[in-house]
Amino acid sequence: MTTTPAPAKRITDIGPPHYEKFLHPLIKKNYGQWKYHESVASGVLRHVAESGDEIYSVRAGSPRLLSTATIRLFADLAEKYCGGYLRFTSRNNVEFLLDDRAKIEPLKKELLALGFPVGGTNNAISNIVHTQGWVHCHSSATDASGIVKSVMDALHDRFTHEDLPAKLRIALACCLNMCGAVHCSDIAILGVHRMPPQISKETLPKVCEIPTLIASCPTGAIRSATYDGKPSVEVTEEQCMFCANCYTVCPAMPLNDPENDGISIWVGGKVSNARSAPKFSKLAIPFIPNNPPRWPEVVDAVVNIVNVYAKHARKYQRMGEWIERIGWPRFFELTGIPFTRYHIDDFRYAGTTYARSTHIRF
Amino acid sequence: MADEGVKTTLLDELEKGPWPSFVKEIKKASETSPVCDDLLGQLELSYEEKKGHWKHGGIVGVMGYGGGVIGRYSDVPEKFPNVAHFHTLRVNHPAGWFYTSDALRTLCNIWERHGSGLTNMHGSTGDIIFLGTKTDELEPTFADLTKAGFDLGGSGSVMRTPSCCVGQARCEWACYDTMKLCYELTQTYQDELHRPAFPYKYKFKCAGCPNDCVASIARSDCSIIGTWKDDIQQDDAAVAEYAALGLDIQKDVCDNCPTKCMAWDGKKLTIDNHECVRCMHCINVMPKALRPGKERGATILIGAKAPIIQGALLSSVLIPFVPADELLETLKELTGRIWEFWSEYGKNRERVGELIQRVGMANFLDAIGLEPTPEMVAAPRDNPYIFFQKEDGKPKDGDGQ
Repeated sequence: MTTTPAPAKRITDIGPPHYEKFLHPLIKKNYGQWKYHESVASGVLRHVAESGDEIYSVRAGSPRLLSTATIRLFADLAEKYCGGYLRFTSRNNVEFLLDDRAKIEPLKKELLALGFPVGGTNNAISNIVHTQGWVHCHSSATDASGIVKSVMDALHDRFTHEDLPAKLRIALACCLNMCGAVHCSDIAILGVHRMPPQISKETLPKVCEIPTLIASCPTGAIRSATYDGKPSVEVTEEQCMFCANCYTVCPAMPLNDPENDGISIWVGGKVSNARSAPKFSKLAIPFIPNNPPRWPEVVDAVVNIVNVYAKHARKYQRMGEWIERIGWPRFFELTGIPFTRYHIDDFRYAGTTYARSTHIRF
Repeated sequence: MADEGVKTTLLDELEKGPWPSFVKEIKKASETSPVCDDLLGQLELSYEEKKGHWKHGGIVGVMGYGGGVIGRYSDVPEKFPNVAHFHTLRVNHPAGWFYTSDALRTLCNIWERHGSGLTNMHGSTGDIIFLGTKTDELEPTFADLTKAGFDLGGSGSVMRTPSCCVGQARCEWACYDTMKLCYELTQTYQDELHRPAFPYKYKFKCAGCPNDCVASIARSDCSIIGTWKDDIQQDDAAVAEYAALGLDIQKDVCDNCPTKCMAWDGKKLTIDNHECVRCMHCINVMPKALRPGKERGATILIGAKAPIIQGALLSSVLIPFVPADELLETLKELTGRIWEFWSEYGKNRERVGELIQRVGMANFLDAIGLEPTPEMVAAPRDNPYIFFQKEDGKPKDGDGQ
């Protein structure tokens, strides 16, 4: 028996470094003792502690996909302006933590000169949470970064100004796997397939476990079959809803199709409990073809929904709360989005989404 | 330099405009890392053909771990040999995503030495993402990371890297120490994080208050959302100050209260705290005047997930209130029981939320030893098909002894 010599002193299972060593001294001192906060300017927050200490957070947008060169740049800026202390937000913004108010403007100026907009706080549109797309994913029905870039270019002023009725959160996932879990966003941009899997009959028996494959289909559309005397599967195409779960468990079932893949748009979800309960996003536009490099139809659709919302929603109303107030028929009327058969749910809990009252606005 | 070797006519369009450009980032990285030229080339091809060019999966990893590395191979390696392997490492981020400039430079040094120099800050679950390296570099990257005090995050059917909001580090609304809980859960379950033993993924997300800045109610199998039991802390002078500055307390605050538990007479705000559902609206609008109460803790909810396989779910209430200082112990005990049941009865690739839908919440509660409470439901059942249990019925005459 041959054995490979184990490397000396292999370190494993240590978990992440303890956060405490990365905290600004002022944060460490006032940990759990914060009293209130306020907005100083768009993208700048002031948190005040019981002790009277103050910390300023300057938030800047980032493309999320960052080179080490840019991370080094952020490190340099943090050293220059705030003792080297910074953090990232749950929406992929970078935040510099300053204890000196006088340094806010010079930092903002430098960030802007370097191409990083300051904003994303309160009633602004924050950064778009998104997935890998064509940059790094095998199952994407569209790109992620390119659409995010194009949409944020168009909504740039909404990032740098806090002038919407409430916060507005946009997320993008490039397929139904939803690494970006976009299903509770004010606006969700979701990549979709529209063609059933193309079965690679030659490779399937070599690379897939057929029982697992059959079990993976939520509608039971996959059945066993033989092909050339070898075990394989067949798909009842009318039962396929293009979720691509079969492809996830079996590489021989690809759904990708350049002409039929594209984007759907969903609206009115939220995760916060403020005022109304958290809710799912609902379908607004079932399909827009992929149109790289800048997806102008997707950009226009998102900008239109944002503008109609900004014009009609009452103060503090999130997208979904506004739509619940005015009703879905009026949402489609105001946005000019056509209502189609695809808007009516036909999966597991479909009945709960039918209108079960005569409350109709005319 | 990218512009010497690769033509990126379509991608160049994405260098224009005011929002920071990911194409510029890839080009920046390509100045020191030739693999990025091939990444640009392959991405340009995707833009031309409107389809991705990465092959399905591929099992690679570091010794002794079953997760933390996502294998990625090009389907056009003859055209772009430098991205023939282009694996991702998930690196467990520090709680709250706090860094020092030194820590960031350490990560940059490691990744420039062993990989493409491209990252995501951060990935969807919260990890630092190192984007693109070859199989041979995985073990050396891991050795350098652990030497620097970092470890890999989760992937596959494991407990995924837990994440949390900024919590008490910089937020007055945090009803418990989210960063501490997140760190302790991560350390407690290192084995479950690195070695797949579950039917599917399991996520923890710790949110300090009902605003839920980490989307725990939508994105985590176990959502821990801060809340309080006693009265909202109220500073009447500060309320008056907001009113004097032009805030319409009636319209902006009281009228938006979901339970209408607030009254404003032009001078004094009265809150019927018994009716308050801790939604946060009034506190969000007047952070100087209103604050969460002092008896703080969290609600524990179960079962959120994205659509695959049986449809998307939001988490639902499991324990209405756990005091802040009992959270870790309660969660450890509860999680042990949940994982035991899920491992035993969960089907392959069935999230715990889907298992609950399949077997019924009442059976799930029996299995993990929790009593049903009305806080768990939006409403009691409206269908009369009740699975009465045998032991609740009286034996018929002559049936038994």
